Amino acid sequence: MVEVAFFAGATGAIGGAIAVVALRNPFYSVLALVVHLVFLAGIFLLLRAQFLAAAQIVIYAGAVMVIYVFVAAYVGGIEEPKFDSSPQLRIIGPILAVALFIQISIAVLGSSLTALGTEGTAKVEAGFGTPEAIGKLMLEDFLIAFEAASVLLLIAAVAAIVLAGRKRESKAS
Amino acid sequence: MSAATWGWLVLLFPLLGSIFLGLTFRVLPQRIAGLVGIGAIVAAFICGIAALISLQGEPHDSRHVASSLWEYASVGGFTIDLGVYVDPLSVFMVLVVTGVSSLIHIYSYSYMKSDAGYTRFFSYLNFFVFSMLLLVLAGNYVLLIVGWAFVGFASYALISFWYSRETATKAGMKAFVINVVGDIGLVLAAILIFRELGVIDYGAVFEAAPEAFSTNQWEVVAICLLLLVGAFAKSAQMPFHTWLADAMEGPTPVSALIHAATMVTAGVYLIARSHSLFELAPTAADIAAFVGLGTLLIAGTIAIVVTDLKRIIAFSTMSQIGYMFVAVGIGAYSAGMFHMMTHAFFKALLFMAAGSIISAMANMQDIDKMKGFRKAMPFTAAMLIIGALALSGFPGTSGWFSKDEIIDFASFRGGMYEWMAIGMMIGAFMTAIYSFRIIFRILPGKPCEEAQHLIDTGHVVHGEPVNPKTLEPEDTDVGYPGEHHHIAEQATGMKIGMSVLGFLALVGGLVQIPGVTEVVTHFLEPTFEDSAFVGLHPTVEQAWIGLGKGGLISLAGIATAWFLYIKRPDIPGKLMNTFRPLHTLFVNKWYGDELVDFLVVKPFKGFGSFSNRYFERYVIDGLTAGTTGFVRSAGVAVRDLQTGLLRGYAVLMLFGIVAMVLYFLIRSI
Amino acid sequence: MAIEWYIVLSAMLFAIGFIGVLVRRNPVVILLCLELMLSAGALSMLAFSRMLGDQDGQVMVLIVLVVAACEVVVGLGLVVAMFRRRLPLDVDEMKELKG
Repeated sequence: MVEVAFFAGATGAIGGAIAVVALRNPFYSVLALVVHLVFLAGIFLLLRAQFLAAAQIVIYAGAVMVIYVFVAAYVGGIEEPKFDSSPQLRIIGPILAVALFIQISIAVLGSSLTALGTEGTAKVEAGFGTPEAIGKLMLEDFLIAFEAASVLLLIAAVAAIVLAGRKRESKAS
Repeated sequence: MSAATWGWLVLLFPLLGSIFLGLTFRVLPQRIAGLVGIGAIVAAFICGIAALISLQGEPHDSRHVASSLWEYASVGGFTIDLGVYVDPLSVFMVLVVTGVSSLIHIYSYSYMKSDAGYTRFFSYLNFFVFSMLLLVLAGNYVLLIVGWAFVGFASYALISFWYSRETATKAGMKAFVINVVGDIGLVLAAILIFRELGVIDYGAVFEAAPEAFSTNQWEVVAICLLLLVGAFAKSAQMPFHTWLADAMEGPTPVSALIHAATMVTAGVYLIARSHSLFELAPTAADIAAFVGLGTLLIAGTIAIVVTDLKRIIAFSTMSQIGYMFVAVGIGAYSAGMFHMMTHAFFKALLFMAAGSIISAMANMQDIDKMKGFRKAMPFTAAMLIIGALALSGFPGTSGWFSKDEIIDFASFRGGMYEWMAIGMMIGAFMTAIYSFRIIFRILPGKPCEEAQHLIDTGHVVHGEPVNPKTLEPEDTDVGYPGEHHHIAEQATGMKIGMSVLGFLALVGGLVQIPGVTEVVTHFLEPTFEDSAFVGLHPTVEQAWIGLGKGGLISLAGIATAWFLYIKRPDIPGKLMNTFRPLHTLFVNKWYGDELVDFLVVKPFKGFGSFSNRYFERYVIDGLTAGTTGFVRSAGVAVRDLQTGLLRGYAVLMLFGIVAMVLYFLIRSI
Repeated sequence: MAIEWYIVLSAMLFAIGFIGVLVRRNPVVILLCLELMLSAGALSMLAFSRMLGDQDGQVMVLIVLVVAACEVVVGLGLVVAMFRRRLPLDVDEMKELKG
C-alpha cells in the first residue's frame, strides 16, 4: 500500500518537475510547480510529517505560488528567444547535473549506513510530526531560529517594497 | 699627552675642516673658507710635531705606540680595531704630508681665487689630507685599506674638480678605476695575511710573519705581490701608470699635492711599512725594484719628448717614484723615505711654478709656445730653476743627496743590483736633460707674446676659456676653471708657498749628509731595526764617491741640455727626424694607453656584449619574459572564463560540486 | 519504503531543478527551478528525520520553508524592478560581469 502511494507521489512530483523545466510559457511552469508541490506534500505524509505537509500546501503552494502567479501575469509571458548565446551550455549543464545525480545515488545506495535500508526507526513516539510536537520544539529548543526566521520575514518584506517600489524622480532609468 | 693622542688629533683637524667646509660651502665667504682650510692642515702639522716630540721622548726600543678608539668590526672571533700606530715612519710621513700640504693650501689660497668652486676645493683638499693621514697612521691593514680607498676617492674628486669638462671627468674615472684595480690587490693581500697569520694589526703581523713563513714561501710571495699590485696602481708604476698623465687635468695645486708629493708615495710607504713581509719574500722585493727601474727609465724617455708642461713634470714624478721603489725594493728604506721627502719639496715646487707660468699663458700648457719668461716673471723663473736643479741632483741640493744615497746602496749590494745602479744613473742623466729642457725652453730668449704682454702691461693676458687639450670653447661657470688666472709675482699666497718649498728644496738635503748628519736614518731606525739591511750601508768614503759621480752626471746632463736647447737648437729637430719611430714611441707614452685598451678594455667590452647578446637575451630575458609570458597567457586563459554569462557560472559551480563529490566517492572506496 | 528511495527521489528532483536553472533563460522560471531544488533538499531532510526518529529535521524544514519564501519575495522583487526599468528579462543579456 505504502509503495503504491510512494510511486504515485514520486511520479507526480517528477512529472511536475520536468514540466516546470520543459514548458516554454512561464505561466504554465508556475502551474506545473504547484502540481509538483501537491504531490510532494503527499510524500511528506508518507514520512509522517503531517504538519509540514499541510504547511507546505498552505504556505508554499498557497502563498508563494500565488506571488509567482501575480508576477508571471505582470511580467512573464515572454517566449524564450530562439537565439542561444552558448549552445554548449545546453549540453554540458544537463550532463553535469545527471552526473551529480548518479554520484549521489551511488553514495546513498552504496553507503554502509544500514539504517538507510530500513524504514527508519521501528518505533516513533506518539506525537511524531504533529503540530504540538513541532511547536514545542520551536519554542523550546529552537527559539532563536524561530525568532530569527520572523526577523528574516520582516526584512524580506521591506526589501520587496524597496525593490519594487515606484521609481523616484531622481533615479534615471 | 701620548704620541697616540697627538696622532688622533692629527687625523681630527683635517676631517673637521673638510666636513665644516663641505656643509657651509654655499654661504661661507671665500677668504674664511681658505683660512679654515689652511688652518686645519697647519693644526695637523703642529700636532704632528707634538707627536714627534713625545715619540722621541720614549726610549729607543719602544718608539711605537698603538692606540685604538673602538672596535671597528668583530666577526666570528676576529676583531678589527679602529687603531692608529704611531712610530717614526708614520710620524715622518705625517710631517711631510702635513707640511707640504700646508704650503700647497697657502698656494691655493691665492691660485684658486677666481674659481667658483673655491670652498668645495678646500673641502676636498682637506678630505684628501685626512685620508692620506689615515693611510699612514693606520694601525692595521684594514684601516690602511680604508685610507687607501678614501685617498683614491679624493683623487678622483679633485681630478674631476672642473666637472663640466669632459676630459677632466674622463681622467678622473680613469684614475679611479685603475686605483680600484690596485685596491683589489690590496684587499686580497689583507685576506691572505689574515688567512695565514690570523691577525691583522701591524705589530702582531710583523711578529708572527718570520715564524709562520720560510723565505720565499709561496704564500708570503703572493701576499707581497698583491701588495705590490696595490702599490703600483696607486704610485703609477708600470703597468698601472696610464692614469697619472691624464690626472694633470686637475688644478695645479692638486697635481702638486696629490700627484707629486703625497698620494703617489703611498705605495712606497706601504712597502716600507711591510718590509718584514718583503724581506721574507725577496722575489717580490726584487720585482718591486725591477718595476721601479723600468718605470724610471721609460718615464724618463717620455719626459724628454712630450710638450705639455704639466705632463713632463708628471712623467718626471713617475720616474722619481721609480727610484723610491728601487730603494725600498733593495732594502734602502730610509734612503727611499728621504728621497720621498726631498721629492715632495722640489716636485711640488715645480708644479707650483708651472702653475704660475700656465696662468701667464692663459691656461695654455704647450712648451712649444712658451719663451722668454725670465724677464716677465723673475720670481717664478727662479723657483723653476731651483726645482729643476734639485730634480737633476745638482751638487748641494736636496735631490743630490737623496738620489745618490739610493744609487750608492744599490752598487753597495753588488751583483745584479750593480746593473740597477747603472740604470739609475742613466735615469739621472735623462732627468737632468728633461728638467733643463723645461728651463731652457721656457725661460731664456725673446719673450713670446704672452710674456711680452705681461712685461708691457703688468697684467696677465686674457684668453678665451678653452679646454687646453682639445681646444674646444668652455664656460667659466661652476665646473669650469675661473676666468682670471693668478701668477706668483702678483699673489702673496703663491709666493709664500713657493719660497718655503724653494728653501727646503735647496737645504733639505743637509739633514742626511753622509758621515755628518744622517738625521733621517737615525730617526727611522726604530721602525726598521728588524730589517736584515739595517746594519748594511756603504762606508762614508764610498758614499762621497757616489755623490761625486752623481754630481758629475747631473752636470753632464745640464750641459747636454744647454747644448741641445741653447747652443744648437736645430739638433733636437734633426734628432727627431732621424729617430722618428723612436720619437713616436716616446711621444705616445710607449703606447701604454693603447696596450691597456687592447689587453683589458676590449676583452671586457667584448665579454660584455657577448653576455648581452647571448646570455642576457636568451637566458635571463627568457626566464623573466618567459615567466611573465606564461603568467600572462594563463591570465588570458582565465579571462575567457569571465563571460558574464550567469548560466555559465552556474555550470562552473555545478562542475565544482560534481568534482568534489567524485573525489569523496573515490576516497571512500 | 526504505529510506533510500526517498533520498534517491530527492536527488533526482534536485538534479532536475539544477538542469532547469542551467537551461532556462527567463529569470522567473529560474527562480521556480530554484524552488524545486529547495524542496528536494527539504524532502531529504524529512527522510533522514524519519530515519532517526528525530523531529529536529522537521523543524529545519519549516525554517527552510520560511527562507524559501523570503528568497522568492526578494527575487521576484528584483524581476519586477528589472521589468520596470525595461531591461530584457533574459539572464543572458545581463553581462556586466563580463571580462
